[in-house]
Amino acid sequence: MPSADAPPMTLAEKILARACGRPSVSPDQIVVASIDLALSHENADLVRKSFREIGVSRVWDPERIVIVLDHRIPAESEKTATTHKAIREFVAEQGIRHFYDVGRGGICHQVLAEHGHVLPGMVMVGTDSHTTTHGAFGAFATGIGATEMAGVWTEGKLWFKVPATLRIEVAGALPPWVSAKDLILYIIGQLRSDGAEYQAVEFDGAAIRHMTVASRMVLANLSMEMGAKVAFTPVDDLLLSYLRRHTHGDLSTYVRWRPDPGAHYARVLHFDANKVLQEPQVACPHAVDNVKPISEVSGVPVNQAVLGSCTNGRLEDLEMAAYVLTGRHVHPNTRLLIVPASQQVYVEALRMGYLETLVDAGAIVNPPGCGPCVGVHQGILAAGEVCISSTNRNFIGRMGSKDSQVFLASPAVVAASAVAGHIVHPKEIVA
Amino acid sequence: MTKLLVKGRVAAVLSDNIDTDMIYPGRYLNITDRDKTAEHLFELAYPEMRTRIRPGDFLVAGRNFGCGSSREQAAAAVKYAGAGAVIAVSFARIFYRNAINLGLPAVVAQVEAAEGDELAIDLEEGRIENLTQHREFTAAALDPRAVELLEAGGLIPYLKKRVLRSGC
Repeated sequence: MPSADAPPMTLAEKILARACGRPSVSPDQIVVASIDLALSHENADLVRKSFREIGVSRVWDPERIVIVLDHRIPAESEKTATTHKAIREFVAEQGIRHFYDVGRGGICHQVLAEHGHVLPGMVMVGTDSHTTTHGAFGAFATGIGATEMAGVWTEGKLWFKVPATLRIEVAGALPPWVSAKDLILYIIGQLRSDGAEYQAVEFDGAAIRHMTVASRMVLANLSMEMGAKVAFTPVDDLLLSYLRRHTHGDLSTYVRWRPDPGAHYARVLHFDANKVLQEPQVACPHAVDNVKPISEVSGVPVNQAVLGSCTNGRLEDLEMAAYVLTGRHVHPNTRLLIVPASQQVYVEALRMGYLETLVDAGAIVNPPGCGPCVGVHQGILAAGEVCISSTNRNFIGRMGSKDSQVFLASPAVVAASAVAGHIVHPKEIVA
Repeated sequence: MTKLLVKGRVAAVLSDNIDTDMIYPGRYLNITDRDKTAEHLFELAYPEMRTRIRPGDFLVAGRNFGCGSSREQAAAAVKYAGAGAVIAVSFARIFYRNAINLGLPAVVAQVEAAEGDELAIDLEEGRIENLTQHREFTAAALDPRAVELLEAGGLIPYLKKRVLRSGC
């Protein structure tokens, strides 16, 4: 823990100082940090191969490794089935207990949140770029590649360049039909896809503090799309009460994981949610930073609408879709795919009747997982098709043909557009 | 020639924000043999690119090269297609680390070069010479960790040596 006479630090600096055993660290310094949690999904097989090449027999700490199958579940090909099998064998051999197989988990980031694996102050790495999601739990959480993870499995530590911190304060309240997704798309549109490159982001302000943990996860998740290394939302009472429901551990030590007053920021940005966000935002093909207010793109016909992913497949997202679709039907020219982010979200949405509403409206429910977001199965787009999606990337060919188009938007906009058959402001559907 | 001095021909000059899905489509993520990843390099975006790269060639790009996914296959595909280095104005951080970990030099520099130009890069000194156009450019200094990794040929040989030394 940083000593009392250490200079004021941002949250990223405080956590890295703790993890490398120094009183303080500052931006651009190279440090070697001990890793508290190491996450992988199907690419655990790639990690395993690199780990074997390094030549050690046992992972450094099986309790700190979590593996969740989510990208191709259930296996869509023999090749994937072989990958899954190899991972199961490796997990058994190494005594890795925190393994979430098909039907036991869902999307890795949601599963970790539900099972309370991530706590404030942790250094966490994942072989998935959206590992930044866990900044919503006050963790220094970032994506790495498979071979780098093999190094973590070997030594339990990793080198980092201490990032400078960008602070984003959002005052005010989000207007009706405007969600965390719209806010972060707006910010990405302003800062562009490398606007936070190599930086830590700290979100704060009234608009953020009023958000649910699920919505804060959206901000941390999508910060990756402006290049952020890590992205934090506040460690406050709301988060601690969430953690109390999801973990058994002692949380009294976690309160202190807040930035110090007087910490140095590379940049501080202020937004007033009421002023800048008059309407929902849409990221247009083929870049996440190609963001426009919905009024500029409404009317674009959509063949497919997708509600799901580590960005927006949680209970509150399905609730919103069910609200919009109650008593309505998916447009005859449009397909609506619902992908609950986890088994738990699936069951809760069933109990609440959301899934019944959605299926009655003409939606199809995919098994919990990454599904169509990564373009490998369950909802591939043909050439010339257009998709409106609550997911996180709209790169060329992301969800299928290189000649298809993906627009990214909030769950409310996705559901409303599925009803209209074209991109539409939800207020025009829900009178 | 040490691993920190490389010479090659520019195979392609690319724009800003070349994303990982362009470099290596998600549908091939279940390929785990690194050398096979090269078969799908730029498959959707620039299908002819793979055949244009000759061993040791360089890719030159703008800002934010490799943005998007953490997929290591993106860096592997570039390397196993034969590229000797990627020179970009800036890199997305995960791609940068993946490249260095696989022993593929990722060089941060703004260079003026055309397809077919011959370049010589001194990674340690941070100097790039365009031998065709007789011009010199400065590259950002490599982190000391990155130098060690590139000298070892990547993270796996680097850790292998350490494991052998520690005898575990």
